[in-house]
Amino acid sequence: MQPFTGITGPAATLLRANIDTDVIIRIERLTSVVREQLGPYAFEALRYRKDGSEDPDFVLNRPMYRDAPILIAGANFGCGSSREGAVWALMAAGLRCVIASSFGDIFYNNCFQNGLLPVVLPEATVRHLAAQAEQGASLTIGLLDCAITLPGGEKVSFEINAARRQALIEGLDDISRTLRQRADIVAWQSRDRAARSWIWDLSDVDRQ
Amino acid sequence: MMARTLLDKLWDFHVVADLGDGWSLLHIDRHLLHDLCGTAGLLALAQKGLAVANPELAFATPDHAVSTTPGRTGTTFEPGARLWAGLKELSQKSGIRYFELGEEGQGIVHVIAPELGITLPGVSLICGDSHTCTNGALGALAFGIGSSELTHALATQTLRQRKPKAMRIGFEGKLGKGVAPKDLALHLIGKIGASAGTGYAIEYAGEAIKAMSVEGRMTVCNLSIELGSKIGFVAPDETTFRYVQGRRFAPKGEAFERALSHWRSLPADSDAGYDRDEVVRAEEIAPTITWGTSPEHAIAIDQPVPDPAAVSDLARRKAWQEALDYMALTPGRPLEGTKIDWVFIGSCTNSRLTDLREAAMIARGQHVAPGVNAWVVPGSEKVKREAEAEGLDAVFKTAGFEWREPGCSMCVAANGERVPAGARCVSTSNRNFVGRQGPGARTHLASPAMAVAAAVRGALTDIRRL
Repeated sequence: MQPFTGITGPAATLLRANIDTDVIIRIERLTSVVREQLGPYAFEALRYRKDGSEDPDFVLNRPMYRDAPILIAGANFGCGSSREGAVWALMAAGLRCVIASSFGDIFYNNCFQNGLLPVVLPEATVRHLAAQAEQGASLTIGLLDCAITLPGGEKVSFEINAARRQALIEGLDDISRTLRQRADIVAWQSRDRAARSWIWDLSDVDRQ
Repeated sequence: MMARTLLDKLWDFHVVADLGDGWSLLHIDRHLLHDLCGTAGLLALAQKGLAVANPELAFATPDHAVSTTPGRTGTTFEPGARLWAGLKELSQKSGIRYFELGEEGQGIVHVIAPELGITLPGVSLICGDSHTCTNGALGALAFGIGSSELTHALATQTLRQRKPKAMRIGFEGKLGKGVAPKDLALHLIGKIGASAGTGYAIEYAGEAIKAMSVEGRMTVCNLSIELGSKIGFVAPDETTFRYVQGRRFAPKGEAFERALSHWRSLPADSDAGYDRDEVVRAEEIAPTITWGTSPEHAIAIDQPVPDPAAVSDLARRKAWQEALDYMALTPGRPLEGTKIDWVFIGSCTNSRLTDLREAAMIARGQHVAPGVNAWVVPGSEKVKREAEAEGLDAVFKTAGFEWREPGCSMCVAANGERVPAGARCVSTSNRNFVGRQGPGARTHLASPAMAVAAAVRGALTDIRRL
């Protein structure tokens, strides 16, 4: 996982609600394109016209936001399909942080697994930041101080789970952390085998 | 002890360790693997040099990227061949049960898991697929995950999760004639919105849910994710226990009796409180269909196409306008009578035997309208065989429908099966997103009966008038 401590840059705005992960990345791209090269396919249905040319009106095609590391999005961003490829595509397109008033629950978890920071803020604050970003303001996202800083010095704080924050800062993989709790898991399972044998006794089913 | 909800009981039971801030390390009792997520997850695990912690708790079958053409094999859809072969090889190598194409057990993961007794009341169940919430219909804690979490679960048999808030939705009263579980779910999403459930686990309750079959409850729970909730469930009751008893992987004999006493303890305590409580009157629900590109764009079939001009919020007005442009619909015009090109009956939402019976009942003695392509894709090999034993396949074929092999097919369009650009499809699936059924495809979500009615008339049709 890529460590993340902070980032400064322009923020692209895409304020419609309910942007789903099918729109972020088509399922077929995930079976045919490697993760690092998904960038050009992010938001494919919105980004290109029917003839395949870029739609100059789409925010990530505008020169100022082409390399934006931050996206300010509408509510329920990343809803729908569980495909983690949605996170990979956004990161391959250069994004490291998405700000929205809410996120799809599965997408939100997927972000942390890859080093994309999802920031949840109230709707009015999201709109305030979007208005600044649309006027060309560069935002500074700091994970050490859990704050977004605007060019004039205005600071907007955000909340994030402490363990998730630490994992992002260190680029830590969840699996290795959990494997350290192996003893707890084994103990839980051994108690459960006694309490709920039907969860575990599947071995003879195939022979019946 | 404080009064507890179904969520509290399911969640607390599976906590291996408290991680603070409402996060827990949760034990996973059942893990479903399909060709798209499972193959990649097993490969990623091997790359990390790790083994599957509890292969006996995992079950694999191909569904997403396989063709559903009659007579298909794992290589019929060539781009999916690698995924099919990989799932088979890696599952078997890891000691994970694998159900091959043509074998009873193969099918859409969320159809096979309940029908084989893999899904049980009180289990925690996961899959790299957002419609895993379908399995909540049996009173399970079931949710979808991404690929990293999937690898984590394979390696540790646990997941790090934040406990959601609890929402109860009570459907009080009785459903009207021609109104299906699908209508109930679409009506709800239209009413409270596609993000209303974000951050919540939803417990469906009330008279209409009590009276509903387990299969119908699966349709309702399936659409939880379209409300924003990755978890949706129904408290297990006698209907659930009758459904479970005798299934292949369900407990038998004395073990069933012990399981039963655990399952009976799961429903919420009578004085348990919810973070959000909603009541919907079942009588107010009409046959419902979507008009736009979000499941929340759902209205009664006899309503006119909504007008964005009536929406005051600018971002929302723009979203509606874009949805109407994509769907090629005109505000104010009746939705009913809109010509269609395709009908898809299938998917983890509506491909079980009960769905096919309802569809066949309408299709019997009728014929698909000229120019309409209509497919019926059974959810599993078992559903297919049972439907054929009842003669449902003959009803569909005589009526001009194509009867296909089990799989996800046109719902996900990751298998070469898609609605052509610009074509209009009535689909019993779960997502009308832009490009979901293929680039430029126009999807209207509806119940199996409404889908058949549309196929027969060649246009969006109110089932109550057919």
